[in-house]
Amino acid sequence: MTNRSQLAFLALLFLILLAVPFMGSRYLTELTVQVMIFSLLALSLNILVGHIGLVSFGHAAFFAIGGYATAFFLSRWQLPLGIAMPMAVLLASIFALMIGALCVRLKAIYFAMLTLAFSMLVWGIIIKWKPVTGGDDGFVGIALPQFLSSPQNFYWFTLAVVSISTALMWVLSKSTMGQIFVAIRENETRANFLGVNVRQMQLIGFVLAALFAAVAGSLMSMYLRGMYPQSAFWTQSGHIVISVLLGGVHSFVGPILGASLLYLLEVTIHQYTQYWPLVMGLILIIVVLVLPEGLIGLFRKLYTSVRRE
Amino acid sequence: MFANPMILFIQVMNSFSLAMNLFIIAAGLTLIFGVLRIVNFAHGAFYMVGAYLALSILGVTGNSNLGFVLGVLGAGAAMGAMAFVVERVLLSQLYDKEHMLQLLFTFALVLVIKDVVKMIWGSGQYSISAPPFLRGAVNLGISPYPKYALFLCIAGPIIAVAIWFFMERTRWGRILRAAREDRVMLNALGTDVKLVYSGVFVAGAALAAMGGALAAPRSAVDPGMDALVIIDAFIIVIIGGLGSLLGSFIGALILGFLTVMGSIYLQEWAIVASYVMMVVILLVRPWGLFGKPDEERH
Repeated sequence: MTNRSQLAFLALLFLILLAVPFMGSRYLTELTVQVMIFSLLALSLNILVGHIGLVSFGHAAFFAIGGYATAFFLSRWQLPLGIAMPMAVLLASIFALMIGALCVRLKAIYFAMLTLAFSMLVWGIIIKWKPVTGGDDGFVGIALPQFLSSPQNFYWFTLAVVSISTALMWVLSKSTMGQIFVAIRENETRANFLGVNVRQMQLIGFVLAALFAAVAGSLMSMYLRGMYPQSAFWTQSGHIVISVLLGGVHSFVGPILGASLLYLLEVTIHQYTQYWPLVMGLILIIVVLVLPEGLIGLFRKLYTSVRRE
Repeated sequence: MFANPMILFIQVMNSFSLAMNLFIIAAGLTLIFGVLRIVNFAHGAFYMVGAYLALSILGVTGNSNLGFVLGVLGAGAAMGAMAFVVERVLLSQLYDKEHMLQLLFTFALVLVIKDVVKMIWGSGQYSISAPPFLRGAVNLGISPYPKYALFLCIAGPIIAVAIWFFMERTRWGRILRAAREDRVMLNALGTDVKLVYSGVFVAGAALAAMGGALAAPRSAVDPGMDALVIIDAFIIVIIGGLGSLLGSFIGALILGFLTVMGSIYLQEWAIVASYVMMVVILLVRPWGLFGKPDEERH
């Protein structure tokens, strides 16, 4: 997709999202909040997967850190939201800086394995550090600021945060840095010869991806009024990778499509059967075998074949 | 705690018994990685299916000695047959694709297998009792010890030696080692590499299933049993070196002792310690204690 059509898509999406609370369905409003959060999460991982070409299997760790830290700062320290949320995101970014500095030394499967190991470490700490995280039972009962207690207001807040984050990621992907990321993905050796400090750029990408994942985690913990250890488990990381792949990695808007479709399918299919993971697994098998370019790739194919006729 | 030799003895034996059970699972994982270069997330799911298959076979045969043997072997055979179909029909199409797609394919298998298991056997928890000849305890001089755990301590090394013998001393093993080194060359020399790949995937899956069947009498059988075992198996093969059989034996010993001893001396932080160990090995020696560094890793 060209830049213009992607921007048009994002603008249209934004207009639709502006209209959602006026449609009068509380269910729809709440559903859309979750879709927006998962889309943000998928977009954040795509900085690594799509732009830099590093597949993390531990991205959920930063989603969880962002969520738990927000919960902790809001409820235990009773900080105002304007301080709690940035602090949570900063904390996750600091962790990402330390973890990422170690992870970018490895490649491909070993990078995936190391990110997986770190996320399981985070999961283990969440499970065992009961006084801070609530352990197995999760962190329940987050004290939300007054102005976020109505679903309407929470919707506007989520829309604002997600839109700003998305805009920042868009600008980033079109900036020189974004171009360098793609250069690294396409040919690391060549980028290196051009004078790019590959590891440093990968680390920056890693931290940025974690930063936006932490924003998503922070929103999620406030939406759920709680945070649960499952959010850091390896299967959760897998789900994020699936959303990105389903949408298509080599475009900006792909992950939004993937995450939205996956989540809406989940909600719909749950009404008929408890076997949603089975359906998701089958979708993933189809994507991997016949649609490795994701939905975006499918649209592109359809578009070119229609034009040819 | 060290002052009491009896307790220490029991802990050492428990560690060893757990290690041997984990080894049987990890051996299949490392075998598949070594030859196919695929990180198989579904290995834990195969392990789980093995436990359920043994449960069903025992339901037919009754809890007899013969039933137990049939349960373990039958679980391996049935899982192997299913793995053959999955490999031929689906996985084989991904060999020349990106690692990521292969990895996600095995992740998809995890999701599918888990739900199919729930459909067939339900979400409840089952338990299997040890076969009659392995019930009760045997006196080992220092202390009485459960026969079944002792059986695992003996079965593990026997399986390890059997795999080693197969790999190092037979013609088939030579072909597998050749496939690990250079599959293009092996193909050019007239070996059907496709068949080798199928064989390895089937053997690895069968080992996982037998590991699950053997684990069933010492732990609960439920649809969540795969999720942590796969991480344990990953830790083992990372410590030992992806693709190294000796490595996974040593890795299993390290994790077994860390889990049992750690649960006593580190209390609940033992599980965290095992993840720390995986991280440290990946950082210091990504190819593991007994693996070989190759160009893909750096």
